Amino acid sequence: MQSQWVRFQWVRFNGCNCSGCRLSMNEENGLLLSHGQAEFASEPAPEQPLTIEQAIANLSGPDYGSRYYAAWWLGRFRVRSPEAVAALIATLNDESDRTPDGGYPLRRNSARALAKLGDPQAVPALLTCLSCTDYYVRETAAQALGILGDQSCIEPLAALLAGGLAAAQPIPGSPHLAQPYDAVLEALGALGAIAKRPLIEPFLEHPTELVQYAAARALYQLTQDEGYGDRLIAALSGEKLQLRRAALADLGAIGYLKAAEPISLTLAENSLKLIALKGVLEHHLTAIAGSIERGQLTDEARQVMELMDGLL
Amino acid sequence: MTTDSLAKLTQAVEAASSSEALLTAVEAVAAVKAPEAVTLLVAALGYNNPGVAVAAVDGLIAIGEPAVEPLLVLLDDVNYGARAWAIRALAGIGDPRGLSVLLTAAKDDFALSVRRAAARGLGTIVWEAMPPESRSSAQLDCLTVLLAAAKGDPEWVVRYAAVSGLQNLGRSLCLTQPHQRLDLKIQLQDLAAQEATPAVQARLWFALESL
Repeated sequence: MQSQWVRFQWVRFNGCNCSGCRLSMNEENGLLLSHGQAEFASEPAPEQPLTIEQAIANLSGPDYGSRYYAAWWLGRFRVRSPEAVAALIATLNDESDRTPDGGYPLRRNSARALAKLGDPQAVPALLTCLSCTDYYVRETAAQALGILGDQSCIEPLAALLAGGLAAAQPIPGSPHLAQPYDAVLEALGALGAIAKRPLIEPFLEHPTELVQYAAARALYQLTQDEGYGDRLIAALSGEKLQLRRAALADLGAIGYLKAAEPISLTLAENSLKLIALKGVLEHHLTAIAGSIERGQLTDEARQVMELMDGLL
Repeated sequence: MTTDSLAKLTQAVEAASSSEALLTAVEAVAAVKAPEAVTLLVAALGYNNPGVAVAAVDGLIAIGEPAVEPLLVLLDDVNYGARAWAIRALAGIGDPRGLSVLLTAAKDDFALSVRRAAARGLGTIVWEAMPPESRSSAQLDCLTVLLAAAKGDPEWVVRYAAVSGLQNLGRSLCLTQPHQRLDLKIQLQDLAAQEATPAVQARLWFALESL
């Protein structure tokens, strides 16, 4: 537990946002990971030092570390009780826990947890978070809204793309762009915001690769046009490991079957390739569920599993 | 492989001043695929560099049997990362001398990637290399550990790997103990009915098709 806590603090204070960590977070364990440790560290399912009551009480307790941990814990263990959801929503207004540069770490973590709990009651408070001064709160809120699936969020999310590419240029000296464009684009794709296609399209030309990928991912989800998926396949052979990892995550998220073999051949950690292939396999299984008897498989599914077997 | 060219490769590994140079040097050693390279490759597992370790593991698996003893020695190492990579190499080699290490790792290792590799490795033990009188109890041990992992590991990928291990083990059992195959099929059907992760469930169906 000790070493996990150290790593957990590391991520917290460094605000690690690398795609490896993002990927791992989807796998439940990312918060306990430090940057680039995806291959080995992950998990284990931590001991459970908290009860549900304690975790909820800790959320409004005096110790910032305990509050932050409680927010993560409630998400990790999918505590969907009305009390837990209400307590997490309340922390989205927290003013006390601030980083040196004015960020709201507890709000960020609570938004992540609320995404995992999947309760639509969190939507209004998360929409408010889209105008928070903390970029990372806006980012986690946008991610959460994409997951919660409420169509009424499309307009407020699209509003963050205002000004298009011109407003989205890198800001000298800033570690991030004006808005969390990649998170917003991904959320619009997940929400099926087909009407926003003209707004999304220009971001394919954004100077930041991660934003280009997010646009391609969203556009593929909106149109099923292979051209967009193929852009992400091309990104698997990029120079930088971090970008290859991001492309793996995106292809797993859209479940692009054609990418299965290129994913298996990508120069990246097997654990991340397996997660991406799981996404492809499960997307395919959902697509065939109606046309095939339960317990039956297609050749495509078998092929993806053979690729996965080779990476274990 | 001449002593001379091995010396050159060793020199390249020692002289590597960047991560990329080290990877290139270790890849060159791995490509040797001869027992002379074992010492260098085993050492490379402890460099705390995942890319290098992957290359070294691949090289050690290709060398096979001559790498087993040095890997078992390395397991006493305090370097956790090196241990984990050694277990992965042993899982890939499939030598029965690694069996007890793999059984323990599949059950208890801290890192899911090690449990994953161990579970897969338990399915690909080279049984012919084990004295016939020890085989059936060792296979039963594998079966027990893999079924427990397939049922109860909290990580989907470890359950997935355990199912792949069970499928391979099941094929070996078919040859030696045909009556156990039916038991295994029933157990896999039970698991498929309970499994909540679609990818793991599909892997169970895939295993059932082939048994």
